[in-house]
Amino acid sequence: MALLEIRNLHARIQGVEILKGIDLAIERGETHAIMGPNGSGKSTLAKVLAGDPSYEVTGGEVYFQDRNLLELAPEDRAREGVFLGFQYPVEIPGVSNTYFLKAALNAIRKYRGEKELDAMEFLQLIKERAKSVKLDEALLRRPVNDGFSGGEKKRNEIFQLAMLEPYLAILDETDSGLDIDALRTVAEGVNSLRSEERGFLVITHYQRLLSYIIPDKVHVLLHGRIVKSGGKELAEELEGSGYALFDEAAA
Amino acid sequence: MSATTKTLEELTNRKYEAGFITDIEQDTVPPGLDEDIIRFISRKKAEPEWMLEWRLKAYRNWLQMPVPKWANVHYPPIDFQAISYYSAPKRKEDMPQSLDEIDPKLKETYDRLGIPLHEQEMLAGVAVDAVFDSVSVATSYKAKLKEEGIVFCSMSEAIREHPDLVRKYLGSVVPYTDNYYAGLNSAVFTDGSFVFIPKGVRCPMELSTYFRINAANTGQFERTLIIAEEGSHVSYLEGCTAPVRDENQLHAAVVELIALDDAQIKYSTVQNWYPGDEEGRGGVYNFVTKRGLCAGNNSKISWTQVETGSAITWKYPSCVLRGDNSVGEFYSVAVTRGRQQADTGTKMIHMGKNTRSTIVSKGISAGHGQQSYRGLVRITPKAENARNYSQCDSMLMSATCGAHTFPYIDVQNPTAQLEHEATTSKIGEEQILYCNQRGIATEDAVSLIVNGFCKEVFRTLPMEFAVEAQKLMEITLEGSVG
Ligand SMILES: Nc1ncnc2c1ncn2[C@@H]1O[C@H](COP(=O)(O)OP(=O)(O)OP(=O)(O)O)[C@@H](O)[C@H]1O
Ligand SMILES: [Mg+2]
Repeated sequence: MALLEIRNLHARIQGVEILKGIDLAIERGETHAIMGPNGSGKSTLAKVLAGDPSYEVTGGEVYFQDRNLLELAPEDRAREGVFLGFQYPVEIPGVSNTYFLKAALNAIRKYRGEKELDAMEFLQLIKERAKSVKLDEALLRRPVNDGFSGGEKKRNEIFQLAMLEPYLAILDETDSGLDIDALRTVAEGVNSLRSEERGFLVITHYQRLLSYIIPDKVHVLLHGRIVKSGGKELAEELEGSGYALFDEAAA
Repeated sequence: MSATTKTLEELTNRKYEAGFITDIEQDTVPPGLDEDIIRFISRKKAEPEWMLEWRLKAYRNWLQMPVPKWANVHYPPIDFQAISYYSAPKRKEDMPQSLDEIDPKLKETYDRLGIPLHEQEMLAGVAVDAVFDSVSVATSYKAKLKEEGIVFCSMSEAIREHPDLVRKYLGSVVPYTDNYYAGLNSAVFTDGSFVFIPKGVRCPMELSTYFRINAANTGQFERTLIIAEEGSHVSYLEGCTAPVRDENQLHAAVVELIALDDAQIKYSTVQNWYPGDEEGRGGVYNFVTKRGLCAGNNSKISWTQVETGSAITWKYPSCVLRGDNSVGEFYSVAVTRGRQQADTGTKMIHMGKNTRSTIVSKGISAGHGQQSYRGLVRITPKAENARNYSQCDSMLMSATCGAHTFPYIDVQNPTAQLEHEATTSKIGEEQILYCNQRGIATEDAVSLIVNGFCKEVFRTLPMEFAVEAQKLMEITLEGSVG
């Protein structure tokens, strides 16, 4: 069975249907990209998968490693290995990045029946991973995302990804707001985490990211439906033609 | 209402965890207040004549005072004749010489509250003056403090053993004419703590007192007086909690601090009185007057409070900055949930030159909790170059709670510099989702976010107290957002 299997997923927020029947399967080791115009439902899909309670799932099924994902609480989805890099990471004033990640990592380890890390082990790990994604160590001591620049927030998401080592990483526009060097580092970070057992779902507006993180499949999301799927060349095609073509096809 | 909101609501509706009544023999007077009751209290405590006279003067003055109505809190009128003004645990011998000698039931009470005295003594090196109901039952580390010339004892003992000091300073910061509840306290106070730190001495340990209301229908009128002589330093901790009961309990304490030249007093409180049931029935009314006088040059008084309990809180720890270059600080975290109401804040009265004050107030409201911050910064005409920084942040955890801010500023000297910042935020469902998405359960997320919000205040608490405060917040707010 696939790592993630979405079947005919419908979801709405405040009575407005946003996702109108999504089908998508990601195998272990694969990287998929989702592209689509503003407001097409990309973030909605990401947040529904993460279990954001403000969305109501009105139909369809989602299986993650054979588990019915929609039945799990958001924290259990995370503990099972679903990670969402948020398009707009929130700030948590007064809570240091280090403290936050220790709470997160140990909650996940506990759920999996693994030994919680002690302070020394954790510190070692966090330093090593910060280095691997070139995160300034000063940011570790600062409150979570509080006063971080846009790029620092995104880099912090990738750093958390590296720390938590999920089986499925959904990255919602992690590339937007990054300078060219940061984009490269983030892509390198993602690429170094790509493995046989791990899948990625990368949401982006730009072909540029996909020239660093080469996807196995690209999907076009429009008005809450996947209107086209293809290989990496689909992204290049979109860069040239835009979404108008698909819009007509969808209508 | 989303799923998260619902969980948060449930979290806040938790029952009070420290609710139980100790069964201990009481020596209680019938309810009611008149001059005879005051004479009874004074006689019971073997007080000198001047003390009785002072109490009676306070009483006669109080009779003329109107009940204050300006605070943003609502409650039925208090029947002062329905309150019993004296109750003391019976003791076989005079005073226990060590903690082993205190009533085992009392010890058990403290143990159930998670504050075993003996452990505190050994582990934290804290000298404890425990006030159970109205009379001190355990005083420790006295010998060690005595070597330094420090006096740390119950107020009753101080009146007998150090009458000159008490007579000189009692009422010097909060006179019995000050306000209604301070007036009442002056007439009927039963006990409290007394601290005297002589010139140049740094108190070698944190001094702490645990208060606990226990006897049904017994108003609590604690009186605390702390005097720090020239160049001395002291840190004092006060913490309290109370058992579940039906009638409202009145608590009207007075705390007076005096810092002479170059002296520093740090006064930290963790307050967890019974807040009442979901409808607010049976909670403690906490009407407290706390004031510090920076009498000397370069002196400093710092208040830190963590207020999670009481049905109604009416409390404004204040600083009168009379000495030149003196410093006043107020750090506060106040939580109101259920039907709790709090009107709290501070007053900083700048009188000396180059005086500085800092106010950091963090208010958290949940359920139907209502909270007001009321702060006064007054710069008097002679206070050249006075500076104040005020920051008031409110966090709302439900749609039914409220936060209100009443900053009063009275500047009578043009050289003053004042800064004021205020924010109101709703605990974000987005923040909780973010934590959830990293594997952190909602309850832990709430306590993480709230503790982050309170951090600036918690870090001013002595270490072991900070840990306790954090734990208290967790217990209090399990079930508090929406
Ligand atoms: N609370 C809400 N009430 C009504 N509509 C909403 C609400 N939240 C989001 N939407 C709508 O859902 C649609 C999908 O939003 P979503 O954030 O998923 O888009 P997106 O594809 O991620 O866009 P972008 O590329 O701009 O990030 C948008 O039209 C948005 O306005
Ligand atoms: Mg989006």
